[in-house]
Amino acid sequence: MEGGFTMTKTDYNTAELVTVMSARALDDGKIVFGGAGMPLVSCILAQKTHAPTLTILFEGGVIGPFVEAGKLPPSTNEQRCARRANMLLSITDVLLLQQRGYVDYGFLGGAQIDQYGNLNSSFIGNPDKPKVRLPGTGGANDIASLASKILVAMHHEKKRFVEKVDFITTPGYLQGADSREKAGLLVGGVYQVITHLGIFGFDKKTRRMQVEALHPGATLEAVKERTGFELIIPDDLPFTEPPTAEELQILRELDPEKRYTTPKQE
Amino acid sequence: MVKPYQELRQIIENKDRGLREKVMSLEEAVGIINDGDHVASGGCHYSRTPMAVIWEIIRQKKKDLVYSRSITSTEGDLLLVGGATKHIVTSWFSPGVTWGVSRVMRHYMQEGLAKFEEWSHMSLGLRYRAGAMGIPFMPTRVMMGSDLYPRLSDIKEMTCPYTGEKLALVPALNPDVAILHTQRCDAYGNVQSEGIPFMDADIAMAANKVIITTERVVSNDQVRRAPDRTTIPFFCVDAVVEVPYGCLPHECYGQYEPDYAHMDTYVKIMMGKGPDGVKEYLDQYVYGPATWNDYLQMMDFKNVLEATTNGRGIYND
Repeated sequence: MEGGFTMTKTDYNTAELVTVMSARALDDGKIVFGGAGMPLVSCILAQKTHAPTLTILFEGGVIGPFVEAGKLPPSTNEQRCARRANMLLSITDVLLLQQRGYVDYGFLGGAQIDQYGNLNSSFIGNPDKPKVRLPGTGGANDIASLASKILVAMHHEKKRFVEKVDFITTPGYLQGADSREKAGLLVGGVYQVITHLGIFGFDKKTRRMQVEALHPGATLEAVKERTGFELIIPDDLPFTEPPTAEELQILRELDPEKRYTTPKQE
Repeated sequence: MVKPYQELRQIIENKDRGLREKVMSLEEAVGIINDGDHVASGGCHYSRTPMAVIWEIIRQKKKDLVYSRSITSTEGDLLLVGGATKHIVTSWFSPGVTWGVSRVMRHYMQEGLAKFEEWSHMSLGLRYRAGAMGIPFMPTRVMMGSDLYPRLSDIKEMTCPYTGEKLALVPALNPDVAILHTQRCDAYGNVQSEGIPFMDADIAMAANKVIITTERVVSNDQVRRAPDRTTIPFFCVDAVVEVPYGCLPHECYGQYEPDYAHMDTYVKIMMGKGPDGVKEYLDQYVYGPATWNDYLQMMDFKNVLEATTNGRGIYND
């Protein structure tokens, strides 16, 4: 057992599983903001498999780089991000590309997510007297407000999947139903949440989180046990295809030291 | 918060905008910063950080500064523990994703010893841009609906007079002083930065005073041979200081990557001992050496060489 997940084949870990499943969510010919760490690995994996013309943006100010295997940038703002890029531009301008409508995917994580897909990366506890002050939004609020589809990749744990986040740093569907549009956020929203147990979407009307698929080896019981709110569960639940040998091989060449594909410690 | 337009204009009016030499020492340049000033820093995170100026600000015991930057890395810890600021305006504050959440940032913010005013990356960028454009605010479609919004006293909402849509307004930010590092600059202050531009040009145009540190001071003739490479014009700039390796242990595009080993050492002491650890670090690396070059001599040459080889490697293919 690793994190409520029974390995059918023990040849990949839960972080590698999330990375592969996230890569598969990215379509060819689209434009994606690649966050530092695992999201970036997923983007490059997608490029090297089914999406050769997927364009990566970095919020530091980079359009379409080729990142070197084994030399992944640990941030989105350094020269390693810029290698063989199509264009370097200011932070403000690269983020403004989204406001104009050029960006298909934003790829985010967070300390907490709630039933409406809101993310918290600012405070644990009361914001006026926080138990933990977290580093903050960076470009996540901008991306979640403006990219056409938001993907969230997270390790599935009860303390992370909460009914109501302590603080909305990054807007999902806010309080559900049409509250996002009413707040002034006319586009986008969370498209998929990808965890080591399954893939989750949102009900079109209520905007509550629903189970869309389970990964091989995961059970609905484990999902429920590790989710702090009630999920919408459809009658017929498909399983995803496990990571292929090819996907895992490329992944391990990209991140040979497993800096970004080591499972989260619980 | 937003300065009246006449006042903003007057500051530029009073500025000596002639084509004149401005090369000076690090001490002299930092001398133009006053206690209580809003100081905006260029670069982003651990890239093109004006570290030599940060270092000198702490040595000159500046205080009550408001410090703003797109993303704040280890220099934010140093400024807090060094007593230079109790108010940081930024979108993200920690050394870097792989180094964890800054224990110093957590200590100061959780204990209420300092303020972390959190704006999204783009909204902070639009604040500098509005400042650079000489307008009081910029409308945008971000920040709305989040809990960041109600915590900020000076963000507002409007209904668009053309479309009826709801928009967020972010106020112009005109820093008292901009501190920026570049690869090359002439004696007049024509800056020719390479690589990712970050928010530097907007910050320079928005600020009332601008301090440039540069890896190399080049001739004005060299600038004029490639004027399309100039990213900040001379008349914005008040001080030019030649500071080789002026970002270490952070990186400078095409010159050197971060000194990752030094960053690891710093993070170990900072995460291990918190503010006390950073005090020890300041004693050793900031107050200890007599000059910036003496500070550089404390770096491990092997690491700096590796950082330099990797930094220049961007031009290899």
